[in-house]
Amino acid sequence: MAETIQNLMLGFSTAFSPGNFFYAIMGCLIGTMVGVLPGVGPLAGISLLLPSTFGLNPTAGLILLAGVFYGAMYGGSTTSILMRIPGEAASVMTCIDGYAMAQKGRAGPALAIAAIGSYIAGTASVIGLMFLAPPLARFALGFGPPEYFALLALGLLVLGYMTGGSMIKNLAMIILGLLFGMIGIDHMSGYFRFSYGIVALGDGIGVVPVAVGLFGIAEILATAGNPFRPDILKPKLKDLLPSRQEFRDSMFPIGRGTILGFLIGIIPGSAHIISTFMSYAVERRLSKHPEKFGKGAIEGVAGPESANNAASCGALVPMLALGVPTGPVPAVLLAALMIHGINPGPLFIKEQPTIFWGLIASMYLGNFVLLLLNLPLVGIFINFLRIPYRVLYPMILMFCVIGVYAVNTSFVDVGIMSFMGLLGYILRKFNFETAPVVLGVVLAPIIEMSLRQALAMSNGSYAIFYQRPVSAIFLVGALLMILLALKPLIRKGMDWKWREQLSKADENE
Amino acid sequence: MTIDRLSGTVLLVLAGFIAFETRVLPLGTHKVPGPAYLPLLLASILGVLGILLIFVKAKSPPLRSLKWPEGLHAAAIVACCFFATFFIEVLGYRVTMLIVLGFLFGVVERMKIWWALGLTFALTFGSFWIFNNMLKVILPQGGLGI
Repeated sequence: MAETIQNLMLGFSTAFSPGNFFYAIMGCLIGTMVGVLPGVGPLAGISLLLPSTFGLNPTAGLILLAGVFYGAMYGGSTTSILMRIPGEAASVMTCIDGYAMAQKGRAGPALAIAAIGSYIAGTASVIGLMFLAPPLARFALGFGPPEYFALLALGLLVLGYMTGGSMIKNLAMIILGLLFGMIGIDHMSGYFRFSYGIVALGDGIGVVPVAVGLFGIAEILATAGNPFRPDILKPKLKDLLPSRQEFRDSMFPIGRGTILGFLIGIIPGSAHIISTFMSYAVERRLSKHPEKFGKGAIEGVAGPESANNAASCGALVPMLALGVPTGPVPAVLLAALMIHGINPGPLFIKEQPTIFWGLIASMYLGNFVLLLLNLPLVGIFINFLRIPYRVLYPMILMFCVIGVYAVNTSFVDVGIMSFMGLLGYILRKFNFETAPVVLGVVLAPIIEMSLRQALAMSNGSYAIFYQRPVSAIFLVGALLMILLALKPLIRKGMDWKWREQLSKADENE
Repeated sequence: MTIDRLSGTVLLVLAGFIAFETRVLPLGTHKVPGPAYLPLLLASILGVLGILLIFVKAKSPPLRSLKWPEGLHAAAIVACCFFATFFIEVLGYRVTMLIVLGFLFGVVERMKIWWALGLTFALTFGSFWIFNNMLKVILPQGGLGI
């Protein structure tokens, strides 16, 4: 405990240095803008800002990018409440009751509760991150290649299960991502794989062009042709304060949303989105007046908004402690660390205490700044929505090109982004999720190295994966995920057989 | 033909293509896996998933239910992306963006000429100044040095 407090003091001294403090505030403000603008999610925002962090030290760069991540969670609620347009996917549930409250003239309290809930959840989950990540990293120091392979396999299967939609399609997307991640030089043998003579592909496909293409460009392709004329509600800022009853009704949903969001955040998948759905369902089930949900229940705003902020912190636990990203946004943050020459993994916290604890302290600071700035500045942020989409999307496209080109100063990366954009657009049309592709690209080198090292250790025997207890536990978890995914198919089959028997019995009668 | 059947078929073809491409790489053994080992393993799983998609998810929407109302816009934007890919280093950032933004604002979105020109020039030179001069992000200047 004393060591944690001492480390936190170190973190605060880092975060309060003028440069880092400035970048924390900038990250929060840019994140809020990113959250407000539909079509520019936190992933695209972080990817586009990545090149601008090259000139910064790693601590300032990570503080800026993390600020964008949790700032976007705050910003997303504004458009959900005022316009019924989720600024980013995690704010979908807030649209339901937030917008209903706005229509009843209670937009101010809805925005205030969303901000307060986000602040409480953000701060509480940073405490969770602070206490959970270091022991987890110490535990992971004992991991060998078999444990890492099993952990990554489990992570990818959980991602496939939790992402939503068809598990078969999600698994196919994970494998596609892993295959993309294998393009380039094989580090163990030096062979070029699938590079077709393009020298620039020797270093492999970067996560930034893939993420920007699949999320930024694909979003533009899908929405640019649609008419977009939002009806903007203007909140009366003098009515921001919620009533005493609204405060009382929100406190428990905020607490439950925080715990739920943080725990779900640690699990791979689109955690911040899933956590909001689960929080909404829990609040509705626990409510004494479930009929109020959908008609402006403040619990329907407080719970999901707290959950998505807590989940964004929870997602940083495995990334910082194990070097294993649980979703596309932590994957890009991980790539940012690697670009700055820092190797993420269990030794990260021990070897880079200034960055880790500086980030933790900056998150306390950032959450407080967001609470202070967001409500008074809501009128300014909402003005970004007045920019017509036909002006906005060429601008986003331009930033995508700059962001992707600047990472390696390579036109090949712009080509990869363009290809991924087209692929993402087609995949969306065919109901495929694209997040698993990004994660597959990031994890491919680690998973391949772990598998090959584990097989070399065991003289080619796959038994090593179930002979070592930690690895075996992870694999049992992975098996469980497969069984859970198969359950509806088996049940459907049994129902069909049962119906067949019934109809035959009817015919016999 | 349903959406999932077509998707499954494409995945199956892709799996076959990857398996075919790995023929030039050493497969290795279980003890010392070569560079083709995992790609081939993954291609096999992808093929199985493709088959599952073809046969298990038979109740997916029909292919003709897919609508492409934004198709023309999307085609124009994809063309701009690939134009930027091939010309950004040849023409330089500013000339490439003047062409891309001018095309999008003026031709695709049919803005009034002065608006389109104003936005195109302001965004191109503004973004170059912010990124290249202020943030020190190196942007290409092309053969003409523009």
